[in-house]
Amino acid sequence: MMIKIEVNNRTFSVNRGDTILAALRNNGIQVPTLCSMSDLSPTGACRMCVVEVEGFESLVPACSFRVEEWMKIKTHSARVLQARKTNVELLLSSHPDDCLYCERNGNCELQKLAEDLHVRNRNIQGHKSSFKIDTSSPAIIRDPGKCILCGRCVRVCEEIAGVSTIDFERRGDRLMIATAMAEPLHFSSCIECGMCVVSCPTGALTDHAQFQELADSLDQVETTVTAQYTPEVPVSLAEEFGFKPGTDLKGIINNALRRIGFDYVFETACCGDMYIVEQASEFISRFMKKENLPLISSRCTAWVNYVETFQPALISHLTPVRSPHQLTGKLINTWFAQMKKIPANRIHNVLITNCIASKGEVNRREYAMNNSPDIDFVLTTRELARLIKLNGIDIQSLEAEPSDGPFHAVSSAGKLLAIAGGETEATLRTVYHEIAKKEMQESRQAKLRGNKSVREEMISTPKGDISVVAVSGLKNAIKLLEEVKDGKRTYDFIEVMVCPDGCVNGGGQSIPAREQSIKARVKTINELDKNEAIKAAHKNTAVAKIYQEFARGPRTDESKELFLTRFEARKVLR
Amino acid sequence: MEENTNRGDMREMIPEFVEKKFSEYSLELKGLIRALDRTVVKVPLIMVGLNTSGRIAGGDKVMNNVRSYVRDRNIDAEIAETGAIGLALEEPILSVQLPGRTRVLFPNVLPEDISIILDDVFHHTIPAERVLGQMRNEELHAWPDIPFLDELSFFAKQHRILLKNNGIIDPLSIDEYMANGGYRAFLRAIRYHTLEEICILVEESGLRGRSGSGFLTGKKWMNAQQTPAEQKYLVCNAEESDPGAFMDRALMEGNPHQLIEGISIAAYAIGATKAYIYIRSDYYDSIRKLAAAIRDARNYGILGHNIFNSGFNLEISIRKGPGAFVCGEETALIASMEGKRGMPQSKPPYPSVRGFHKKPTVVNNVETLSNVPHIIANGADWYRNIGTGDCTGTKIFSVSGRARTKGLIEIPMGTKLDVLVNEIIGGSRPGHTLKAVHIGGPYGCIIPPEKMGISICFEAFKKEGAIMGAGGILVLDEKTCIVDLVKYFMDFMKQQSCGKCIPCREGTKRMSELLNEITRKPAVEDQHDTLEKFRGLIQLEKLAEVMHDTSLCGLGQLAPNPLMSSLKHFREEFEEHIFDRHCKPNVCRELRTYYIDVELCTGCTICAKRCPEEAIIGTEKHPFFIVPDKCTGCGICKEVCKFSAVFYN
Amino acid sequence: MHEGSNGFQKRDMEENRTEQIMRQFQHVNRDSLIPILQAMQDEFGYISDEVVEKIGEHLKLPASKVYGLASFYSQFTFTPRGKYHIRVCDGSACHIDRSASIVKELTKQLGIGDGETTRDGMFSLEVVACIGACGQSPVIAVNSDYYPKMKSGKIRELLEEIREKHR
Ligand SMILES: Cc1cc2nc3c(=O)[nH]c(=O)nc-3n(C[C@H](O)[C@H](O)[C@H](O)COP(=O)(O)O)c2cc1C
Ligand code: SF4
Ligand code: SF4
Ligand code: SF4
Ligand code: SF4
Ligand code: SF4
Ligand code: SF4
Ligand code: SF4
Ligand code: SF4
Ligand code: FES
Ligand code: FES
Repeated sequence: MMIKIEVNNRTFSVNRGDTILAALRNNGIQVPTLCSMSDLSPTGACRMCVVEVEGFESLVPACSFRVEEWMKIKTHSARVLQARKTNVELLLSSHPDDCLYCERNGNCELQKLAEDLHVRNRNIQGHKSSFKIDTSSPAIIRDPGKCILCGRCVRVCEEIAGVSTIDFERRGDRLMIATAMAEPLHFSSCIECGMCVVSCPTGALTDHAQFQELADSLDQVETTVTAQYTPEVPVSLAEEFGFKPGTDLKGIINNALRRIGFDYVFETACCGDMYIVEQASEFISRFMKKENLPLISSRCTAWVNYVETFQPALISHLTPVRSPHQLTGKLINTWFAQMKKIPANRIHNVLITNCIASKGEVNRREYAMNNSPDIDFVLTTRELARLIKLNGIDIQSLEAEPSDGPFHAVSSAGKLLAIAGGETEATLRTVYHEIAKKEMQESRQAKLRGNKSVREEMISTPKGDISVVAVSGLKNAIKLLEEVKDGKRTYDFIEVMVCPDGCVNGGGQSIPAREQSIKARVKTINELDKNEAIKAAHKNTAVAKIYQEFARGPRTDESKELFLTRFEARKVLR
Repeated sequence: MEENTNRGDMREMIPEFVEKKFSEYSLELKGLIRALDRTVVKVPLIMVGLNTSGRIAGGDKVMNNVRSYVRDRNIDAEIAETGAIGLALEEPILSVQLPGRTRVLFPNVLPEDISIILDDVFHHTIPAERVLGQMRNEELHAWPDIPFLDELSFFAKQHRILLKNNGIIDPLSIDEYMANGGYRAFLRAIRYHTLEEICILVEESGLRGRSGSGFLTGKKWMNAQQTPAEQKYLVCNAEESDPGAFMDRALMEGNPHQLIEGISIAAYAIGATKAYIYIRSDYYDSIRKLAAAIRDARNYGILGHNIFNSGFNLEISIRKGPGAFVCGEETALIASMEGKRGMPQSKPPYPSVRGFHKKPTVVNNVETLSNVPHIIANGADWYRNIGTGDCTGTKIFSVSGRARTKGLIEIPMGTKLDVLVNEIIGGSRPGHTLKAVHIGGPYGCIIPPEKMGISICFEAFKKEGAIMGAGGILVLDEKTCIVDLVKYFMDFMKQQSCGKCIPCREGTKRMSELLNEITRKPAVEDQHDTLEKFRGLIQLEKLAEVMHDTSLCGLGQLAPNPLMSSLKHFREEFEEHIFDRHCKPNVCRELRTYYIDVELCTGCTICAKRCPEEAIIGTEKHPFFIVPDKCTGCGICKEVCKFSAVFYN
Repeated sequence: MHEGSNGFQKRDMEENRTEQIMRQFQHVNRDSLIPILQAMQDEFGYISDEVVEKIGEHLKLPASKVYGLASFYSQFTFTPRGKYHIRVCDGSACHIDRSASIVKELTKQLGIGDGETTRDGMFSLEVVACIGACGQSPVIAVNSDYYPKMKSGKIRELLEEIREKHR
């Protein structure tokens, strides 16, 4: 039902039941917001969206008020502008004036508000807030001094990640965002998904950058520095440089990375195929014995963190295979090092990914040889963009170049790992091939694509039906697993991606994460798969070569030693 | 109390008590009532005011001594506790009623005086100077030469409806409450009136929210009553977290059944079968008495299932608030009851439509609800005749601070503030001059003597830019520093703000920082800083406006009130702090300038060693000297000097 | 028995108490969160990590929510209180009767600030708003004993008395 309202002396038709904010936006009128988040219910906390509504004594927050027939609204009257500006000035009055040194400089919502509202004087003086910066987490740095207490992180952590690691602590002038008992983030139940980082409007939550250390090792002549990047990176990076969302910078990244000084540039997707082959054989062995099913994928690092922290009983269901980038890291330090005759300790491996959780994963005991981690540094896509800018590279003018061998052979299966449902689809292709000894008829599984958060599929094989599900967004996954536990649903295989829509929407992507951009990235990956000739992991020549030359095939002792991993319960306050 | 020497009880008589008119009561019931309301006492009655402040003043020890006095002498007497009559400075108060005689009250009794006082009473020789007064009762023989309470200037101008029985009845006796007419209104309401009738009656009475909201109570009830829902709730807001407000506590400790009856009527009127009392957890005595009252009412069948065959069910439970001022705000209160952080929510939806567990919920203040039984019993017209057209009924004020009398005052709405402050309270303490009064708690306003002509009513206050709030009055004299007081309130608000919205959280923080700065001496200061501070003060007006305009709840909207009102009336005091760096009442310690008297100083060096600012210089055995620019006025030097050589001005 | 095992026993006992307390609340939902925390605070004198965790498990609430809630309210503390918990009223009435100097004196005498506990666990200090005897201002309370019309000059004597009594 449409109703009429009057805004700034003009009449508009709007949906009954819409908030004032939605009604205004639908009609091209922008009011600033800080605390409101699409999809989540409004809290009305920041008061940035206030407008003047006739008949109300005070100003009214547009995000949490519904329109009424013939409501008369002023969105930019002097009174409103004064109020918004004063509130921004209030925030700034205690804010550390750190823009020039801030990770979010140029990309900060507070900065932008100050600019838009034309704040040009320090009208309100306040004591600068200073807090201990929490650097405990390898993935995330928290600087409470820059926090404007909008609560967005709290809400994503609760409503999307579903783990509620953080909440408001205390009140009034001592209000803070904190973990349970105010433990440092690393010693909390944080699973390092990074969704809070992406949702934070300011520099209060940022990646734990490893720039300096990396720059140092790039400089050392005697070290070989390799880069590997996960399949979502080339489609996510584009937006940082003003390309259309979804643009694939595949070969261009290779060129850029070489210019930065990386000696070798690999695609993680190659070992993505490897991972799928290993997972498929793990699955088949369990499926045949009907043992320890469902098999639950372990490729999402934050998911593994979740299981270890919250549901250790599920550990035996996890695919005990190293994640694709850890496989790559391991193979670089062994196979590649032998091949190139470089001592492993002279190789520094850098992973570039949308996944912030990988920053923590590299510190796991299982992923180190002789106390030296298989992957030395992890950069997020955002950091890569910085690195490119830092090195004065004009990405617009770069030619595409191929990535380096021996990991240059890539099937589109390995690339599907960037999106939710992709891993399931890729795994099914190989599983089917192994069981039926022929390729699947229709490689594309329509039910596993699309934008639903839970995607189920059942395929028939000569050895029986296999029912699978792919779920993204941890909160949805937790719910689904509850139902599995209660016996309401049964599956043979479950894929969990903590980030809604998968790694294309990971914690390391470009900020802000707009819905359309995510869609565009997913679309690009889907198209890549459509156009690729080699669509199945088991057809990847490099994978075959690794097994031949190095590991003597899946599930041999050698390959177990190289490719498998362990998970362990983790005890923290949750 | 355990000595409730069989005065009989009302339980069996309830049907007659409810159904008949007073004049038609049987002799048996009439006699019972006269025994229970203590017109007739068979043995001497001794009561001690054991409300919280009475206890703090030593009431418990007094009670113990009364007991041993009676025990040791084998006297047949009834001992009972009572609530606060409202004279805080006179506590603890002992009252004695001998058979056939009026009750006499003794103020400020010390435990050791008990035997003297009681000996006197039992010998019928009461020294007039020891006595506060006697209660008027035409049926009883009055004591000669002892004033009646209602003749005392403190009581003469009051109109006590809610407080009428405070400090007089035993709050733990449901029978005594009923003998005074209690629960009749409720039981008649559920038997003879529809929900709408009650809502309309209360709306017609003009009763408005006594929390300071001023919202028409009947209207709020009607909203909830007309919202369809399978479950509705009534919540009695007993958070009372304004420092300086203690009327709700007094009502709960002095007459808990009055509140329970008000809650019951309200719950009936809105169709709620569950009611909660959300009360500060540190109101131990209120909680104890309310719990007892609920238990007794349930035993009498006044609460519970199918109350007196009316088909109406009601359970009342107590929820202890874990300590946050903002939880007095109704949406925060509801969040707290639901086990969440007490952060207010945007309104609408109003709780009366969507409140506790998303169900229609009426939140009313203790004093508001305590009015209700009287309105139902006496009618809307009777109530409307008290007070003014817009503001009907009475309002209770709790007076504290540097006043001559402190305590509880109930006066009709529309009374002039001047009458309250000067005639009832008697102004400031003897020997001091009244500077102003502060009304309405931490977001209230300061009212200087020249504005005391305003009458006590929501509209008049609003016109003056002030609020009545819950009715806490703080009396200020020349020894109080306005800047310090305002700073105190702002600090309070800063700590008590829930922190959810920017204007309130940051605004109170900035204001409090500024006030802290002007009451403190920085180590080095040039003219520029001073001017900056003053400029900040002017900026405040704009900031206050935005806080009022954009804050989510009343706390942030009203937080600038004390500051803005005192800037208006006491600007020169602020200027004195800023430009002269001087605090006349000598409250802002950090503005003091310390100096050493050369004659008295022995050069012992102690002060120089202890000064945290290294502001004291000198050579041993010679007089020392304080560098004024460095001194921050901490006062340590004065404390440590063994020769009393340090002074300040 | 050596110290360590004693410690364990004490902990086991506490754990039992925690569970007993939780069992007293029939409603296993968020509504009982505050009542349970209040019972724990009364029982142990503070809210420990274990209590936060146990309550969370019991009510199926994340620990951060339990802590976030508890830290909002003044009633809950996360460090044990002293044997003698001193509350100084800093309500408005007590404030204008110079409660600040009482706080200052206590801080000086005890070497602790608001919300802190002395190292020997004897005293803890809390500045509170209005303890309900504004007529007797300024007021302080030591555990459940009240001292009306307090003066900073009487503090030392009072503390001596308590220490004496404790000896
Ligand atoms: C910050 C704040 C604190 C409040 N504190 C109290 C309180 O302690 N007691 C109270 O009865 N109402 C308090 N209120 C008012 C309540 O929100 C609500 O209006 C009231 O309980 C309604 O009762 P009434 O209609 O009977 O006045 C407070 C409001 C605000 C904004
Ligand atoms: S968070 Fe934003 S406003 Fe704050 S320092 Fe960083 S860029 Fe500047
Ligand atoms: S924007 Fe202004 S303050 Fe910031 S760097 Fe440029 S000139 Fe300096
Ligand atoms: S990284 Fe994820 S789990 Fe950790 S605090 Fe942020 S949103 Fe919560
Ligand atoms: S950390 Fe960021 S998202 Fe979280 S409350 Fe602070 S500013 Fe908002
Ligand atoms: S979905 Fe991808 S980006 Fe997100 S946490 Fe999992 S692995 Fe990392
Ligand atoms: S005005 Fe203050 S107390 Fe009210 S919601 Fe906002 S921050 Fe909380
Ligand atoms: S302590 Fe007193 S006597 Fe000693 S130097 Fe200081 S002022 Fe002089
Ligand atoms: S008051 Fe005395 S001790 Fe304190 S700073 Fe001034 S000179 Fe030093
Ligand atoms: S966006 Fe509306 S209050 Fe924050
Ligand atoms: S202000 Fe101290 S007791 Fe009320």
